[in-house]
Order: sequence, then C-alpha cells, then structure tokens
Amino acid sequence: MNLADIIHYAFLQRALLAGTLIAVLCSILGVFLVLRRLSLIGDGLSHVTFGSVALAMLFNFQSVYTTIAAIPCVLLSALGILKITEKARIYGDAAIGIVSSLGIASGILLASLAGGFNVDLFSYLFGNILSISPTELLVTAVLFVVVLLTVAFLYNDLFAITFDEELAATSGIHVDRINAILVLLTALTVVLAMKVVGIMLISALLILPSVSALQLARGFKTAIILSACLGVVSVVGGIFLSFILNLPTGATIIIINFLFFTVAFFARKLLR
Amino acid sequence: MQVDIITIDGLSFAYQGSEVLHNITCAIKAGDYVGVVGPNGSGKSTLIRCLLGLNRVEQGNISLFGIPQAAFSAWDRIGFLPQGLQLFNPNFPATVEEIVRLGRLAKKRFPRRFNATDAAATAQALELMGITSIKNKLIGELSGGLRQRALLARALVNEPEILILDEPTTALDPETREGFYATLKDLNASKGTTVLLITHDSSTVGLYASKLLYLDKKMIFYGSFKEFCLSSNMTEVFGPQNQHLICHRH
Repeated sequence: MNLADIIHYAFLQRALLAGTLIAVLCSILGVFLVLRRLSLIGDGLSHVTFGSVALAMLFNFQSVYTTIAAIPCVLLSALGILKITEKARIYGDAAIGIVSSLGIASGILLASLAGGFNVDLFSYLFGNILSISPTELLVTAVLFVVVLLTVAFLYNDLFAITFDEELAATSGIHVDRINAILVLLTALTVVLAMKVVGIMLISALLILPSVSALQLARGFKTAIILSACLGVVSVVGGIFLSFILNLPTGATIIIINFLFFTVAFFARKLLR
Repeated sequence: MQVDIITIDGLSFAYQGSEVLHNITCAIKAGDYVGVVGPNGSGKSTLIRCLLGLNRVEQGNISLFGIPQAAFSAWDRIGFLPQGLQLFNPNFPATVEEIVRLGRLAKKRFPRRFNATDAAATAQALELMGITSIKNKLIGELSGGLRQRALLARALVNEPEILILDEPTTALDPETREGFYATLKDLNASKGTTVLLITHDSSTVGLYASKLLYLDKKMIFYGSFKEFCLSSNMTEVFGPQNQHLICHRH
C-alpha cells in the first residue's frame, strides 16, 4: 500500500486535517508557554480533561459532546490555576500541581463510578486521531480559527509579556488580562489535542516542537514559524507512519518530535 | 519656566505591613536630572515602581504630567530601564531589533500592529545607541553592557520626555559605565529629557545629576547639589568628608 492509496481514506483525511490544525496551535502556544516557564500547564490541564472525559463517560455522552463538555471544565480550571497563584501566594507550578492532581483524582473516581476504565476512556488517554468524526473535525476547525485569530491579534502583547512582564506593563499592556487569555487559549487547545496524542501526551505536543524550534531560531517570529512547521511535520509524519507500521499514532507523533529535538540540539551545538 | 511633570504627595507604601516609604512629597520638573540615592532597602526601587504603577499606591498621590497615576495611559512619554530583567532567559530567541521595537507598543492601541513609522523609530533608536550593527543578534548573546544599551534603546524608542533608570549600570565595567552615563547626560542636555536615575553610588552621582533625592524610607533630602553642599543637615547625615566628596564630584 503506497501513500497515494492511503490518502484516499476519508478517516485519514480527517485525521490529517485535524492533526495539522491542532499541531499548529500547540506549537505556537508552546513557544509562549515554554519561554514563560509554564510548560507543564498543558500537563495539568490535560489531567483536568481526564476528569471531564470520565464525567462524560458516566453520562454516556457521544464522542463530540465529550469534547464540548470538556471545554468549560478545562477553561474554569485554567482560570483556577491563575487565581490560586494570585490569591494563595504560591508559585504557578504548585497551582498547576493542585489542579492537575484534582483532575486526575476526579477522573479516577468518576471512571470507577462509570464501571471502570473502558476502551473509550483509553482512547482519550492515549489518543485516537484516526477515529475523529466529521463533527469533531468541524469543532476543531472552529476552535482553531478562534485560537489562531486571538493569537494573531494579540501577538505583540504576548511577545512583550513573554519577554518581560514589567517592561510590558510599563508599555501600557494589561499583563493579567493577556496572561488569562494565554491560559484560556491553552485550555481550548488541550481539549482539542486530547484526540490527537491523548491526555497523557498533550504536554509533549505543546513542549517538544517549541523547544526544538528554540534550539535553532534566530528571532521570535522565526521561532513561532519553525515551531509550527515542526509540529505539523511531526503530526502528519506520525499519522502516516503509525498507519503504515500499525503503531499507536499519539506515541509515534511524540517520538518523531523527540527525534526532531535531538537533531535540533546537535545542530545547534555544531552551528555554534 | 520649568513645569512639574512628576508630583508625589504624601506617598507611603508598605510590603506586607512593613513600611518601605513614609510620607514622600516632592515634585520633579521637566528637564531635571535627578539622582535617587540611599542605602539598600531605603525604598528607591519601590518609589520607582509606584511611579510606574507596578506597585499599587494605597496612601498618597502621584501625578504624571498632571494626570493621577492610576488614570495615566500615555506610557510612550515615559521610558523605563530596569536594573535587570525579571527572569531573563539567555536563550530568549528575540533579536535586538525585535526587543527595541517592542517599546513602540506604548504608542499603540488594540490591535497593536507595527508599521513603517515604528520601523523608522526603531532604526533611529538603534542608531542613537550605536548598536545598529548588532540589530540581528539575539538579545541573550550580548554582553551585559550591550544588552543594557539595547534596553536603553528600547526605552528611548518613543523619544520619551521622562527616562527612569533603576540602577542600570550594576553589571557594567567602569569604562562601559562612563559611556552609559555620558549618553544619559547628553540626552538630558540636548533633548531636555528628564532623567530619574536610581543609584546606590552616592559618591559619583554628582558627576551626572543636577538634583539629588536622598531616601532612607523617608525623604532625607531633595534639592539641587548646591543646596545639598550648603546644607548643615546633610553634613550631619553624611559627615563632612562624604558631603565634600559628593559635592566635589559635581
């Protein structure tokens, strides 16, 4: 079976399209998150997604409604992380830890009430992009437009707070507001990414393309573009490779990303 | 006649119940070059943070260009150079040009987009600071001195009327420091830029500044160097030798 044959499968076309959209979002947001030392926020929010998926399973929601139901839960948790950081006088990593463990604990309890871990729950834990439905693709496309337009409009504000919050504030930028928007955009992206690589590996899709790009980029815009390109290539390559070799797609995508990082790391050493 | 562009009236500030500034009242006039000095923990940086709105003022009033600080929004009229960046990442992927251009955001309203005017202003600021040749270098690749020049270019990119600097030369070698202060003096003299310079080095501030603001949680002295040198109160605070040294350097 060659690539031309494979590409005719409708489910694969949907997977490639959805995967590309989500890879672009994860890779772009990842640059801001990594540079702001918020890399693990994706991990924390994905654990909340686990809780919301388990809740949806308990009520026998269909797949697309599971995704939609996860959105408010993860958005509220994202705001919760910010509020805990602000009000409880603790650092962001501890706030992420609190929300993350709460998400996992809720998920385990709800999964237990729903009769234990079943095949559906595993598909969210480890990803199953090949099963993405036309409706899920539509939801992904809509959210992709929302997140990308927001990032495009706020690009310079996000750049400024990523470089230095206080300098940004003295340029009249509302740092708290932009921080909240960044975290909310990340929350939306995490919900979308759970089908691609699975809850367990979402943070890798946020972190790896951006850290690879940061090894090589000479300019902020270059870093963003390079990260998006690496993310897309890894997801598309991972989908094809996993289909041909009958491997789990999410894990294949992440391994390809790690290989990119290794190459970028050594390339940087050689170029210096 | 010089007009007051910064007025501070009865400002007090406390961190978690511990008072850092007590009842500060002063006015800074357009074209002043004020050296803000005092021992460690005397409230110098806190005063600047209050002026810039980075600390929320709970007691007292601050006005910038006649506008209450809380309502002030014309940030392009003020350039700020911090002592060091909050959490500077040496691997940050931005070029010098990108960082300098960020200063132009103070002139923008949503959505903040750069245009040809911003590119020209950025080129001018790079030229002014003599760093055009390194505009494509990454900010993390620069030495401490060049990085401070880049950040000063960022602070100057809008041709601000007030320049606020918080111990900007701490990481610089003496030669680079001299050059840095000469640039500030020139800006103050040629463009009339009001300079507010925080330094812990009270013995050399007289080389550059025209006025001295001495803080030690409260305002110990504010006035011209001439007044400082003639003040018997300051002789008591500094001792005759130190007072003479500061005056001699002016």
